[in-house]
Amino acid sequence: MIRFFFDAFRSMFSGDRNYWLWLTFLGAVFALGCLNYAQQLQHGLVVTGLSDQVSWGFYISNFAFLVGIAAAAVLLVIPAYIFERKDIKGVVLLGEGIAVAAVIMAMLFVVVDLGRPERIWHMIPLIGRLNFPLSLLAWDVVVLSGYLLLNLAIPFYILYSKYRGVEPRLDLYFPFVVLAIVWAISIHTVTAFLFSANPARPYWHTALLGPRFIASAFVSGPALMIVIFQVMRKITAFQVKQSVIDLLALIMTFALQINLFFVIAELFTDFYNEGAHSASIRYLFLGLHGFGSLAPWIWIALTFNVIAVIILTIHPLRRKMLTLNIACVLSFVGIWIEKGMGLVVPGFIPTPLGEIFEYSPTSVELAVSLGIWALGLLIFTLLAKLVMAVEQERIHRPAS
Amino acid sequence: MSDDKVDKTDTGTVATRRNFLRNFGVGAAGAAAATIPTPSPAWDGLTFREAFDEFFRKHYKKMSPEEIERTLTRIERRAKRRFGVDIDCKNTPAQEGVVFGYAINLSACKGYRDCVSACVKENNVGRDSQVQYIRVLEMDRGNMNLEESEHYYDPETVPVEGKYYLPVQCMQCDDAPCVKACPVEATWTEPDGIVVVDYDWCIGCRYCMTACPYWARHFNWTEPQIPPEELNTDTHYLGNRPRPRGVVEKCHFCTQRTREGRQPACMEACPTGARVFGNLLDPDSEIRYVLENKTVFRLKEDLGTEPKFWYYTD
Repeated sequence: MIRFFFDAFRSMFSGDRNYWLWLTFLGAVFALGCLNYAQQLQHGLVVTGLSDQVSWGFYISNFAFLVGIAAAAVLLVIPAYIFERKDIKGVVLLGEGIAVAAVIMAMLFVVVDLGRPERIWHMIPLIGRLNFPLSLLAWDVVVLSGYLLLNLAIPFYILYSKYRGVEPRLDLYFPFVVLAIVWAISIHTVTAFLFSANPARPYWHTALLGPRFIASAFVSGPALMIVIFQVMRKITAFQVKQSVIDLLALIMTFALQINLFFVIAELFTDFYNEGAHSASIRYLFLGLHGFGSLAPWIWIALTFNVIAVIILTIHPLRRKMLTLNIACVLSFVGIWIEKGMGLVVPGFIPTPLGEIFEYSPTSVELAVSLGIWALGLLIFTLLAKLVMAVEQERIHRPAS
Repeated sequence: MSDDKVDKTDTGTVATRRNFLRNFGVGAAGAAAATIPTPSPAWDGLTFREAFDEFFRKHYKKMSPEEIERTLTRIERRAKRRFGVDIDCKNTPAQEGVVFGYAINLSACKGYRDCVSACVKENNVGRDSQVQYIRVLEMDRGNMNLEESEHYYDPETVPVEGKYYLPVQCMQCDDAPCVKACPVEATWTEPDGIVVVDYDWCIGCRYCMTACPYWARHFNWTEPQIPPEELNTDTHYLGNRPRPRGVVEKCHFCTQRTREGRQPACMEACPTGARVFGNLLDPDSEIRYVLENKTVFRLKEDLGTEPKFWYYTD
């Protein structure tokens, strides 16, 4: 096994000049993020744009979005392991790699949001005091770490088996696959419940939030996968079959249609009989008492998503790679705004006492967030490199 | 260091705590504290042992009396280093048979905000941060829509014709959503009904602030700044002791005062007598009289958090 780790490590860090340039670039952006985080550690969260009024912002927005990306790996896991689709099985490990990178990013976004990160061990049961099952945040800690473990353990077993030249035993890992499927849905449901559990915040306090989170995750996840698979097709010898992309595009189409329907349902309920519960959504879309800095963003998101759903719904356009890619980029950005800043920030505006205080992220927040995204990409790149090396049998246990 | 010790034993309240400890047979811990060598700056002004203890301390509810004593001593030393002032940090437990409640007479409140400034001083709230545990909202008569309230009115010109004033602070909910939200049990409801925060256990995730329907929780975005001469040296572990950066704080019904039978600072400061504070379990208390004889209501009662804070009019 030590030999496997050694070979894995070597394959991760061997590549041509472009590969190294890419790693260096990501490393540099990550370092920039670290420098900015050092600033935040030194001066406190005062360097962010956050306030008592809007106490969560850009970090938690990215967190909510990335949990969705992580959960979307299930869209490859189900057809690969349950329906035994050979074409999907070829890429499922990459999907799980995306999940690992996304969960780590999501966790880091929570850590950088903490006022006292050095006390994070207070969350560890026995030595600390995890408020489980009462606190939804405790639930999120449990499900995210569990999901990370599952998505490390299953691919590790499969890769290690292939490395040794033996067929992975389905009866051994199948129970964990089933668990991972349920778990994937649970991570995003729990994250939605984290918000919807608060009657103090009428904007989030809706039963539709969970379904909306899942629907939008099944848009942003496939959008990202489709783009990544094409990039890999271009620059590596690893061939992702077109049927994989077709399936993902189809899932994404349904999910985006459903998501837009949910948005309409939300808008109708809030605006038909407008009351105190509608203040946040009015702030978000139209502005409130002269404040409305988020409105342009949500309209951009809505426009992007509508254009994307039109492209995806028209079959010839969805099958054409150029238009499909446009739809992927538009909906990825659209969902990122809608489920990120468009969900988290209006929950705080107005405050429960009716005060309107706006928020925009500072350069420190942006740089730290970029750093985390770079680290996520770096993790995925290394994992993908390893998966390709094993799948193409470039590394295997030497015959003894 | 020895001067420090003498000063402290002179004040009555410190002696109370030492007596309390002696009853537990742990006077040695207090004596040891006096002989600790000058701390090195490497451990943030504490000795290595103290810094280690502080980082790896147990949850408040799991600490032994000795550990609590060591913690209180550490807090006092830290305050001395930070402000150059000797403070007394108590750990007075909740009294038996007491659950505190509060009521405000909206007919009497004129919006002077003396309660706000008294609270800031009493509770060692950071002066630069503009954190205030009490918000007095200026409202149009005939309207209870909080969204139309004025938070930043000028207290010099009150009362304004056609306005009324609605003070809001932590309602010490019986089923507090903030307590449920906290992932590490850094905040809980004490037996006397006060929702407290352990500033040394809070990880600063601010989920409690998200959960609170009264916007009663505040975060230390930066190190709270207090002029040393204005520091209130009578402090409580679960109350007004100096807070570090990066943790949440809130109104705690002046734990340091009310657990010794005194009034909360906001009530004492109110020039119009609009505030009524007392023991909800005592049938002869003024608060019980108000609840039984006035038409009272609670803010956002429909959220089901069971606030122990009522409003009434004459």
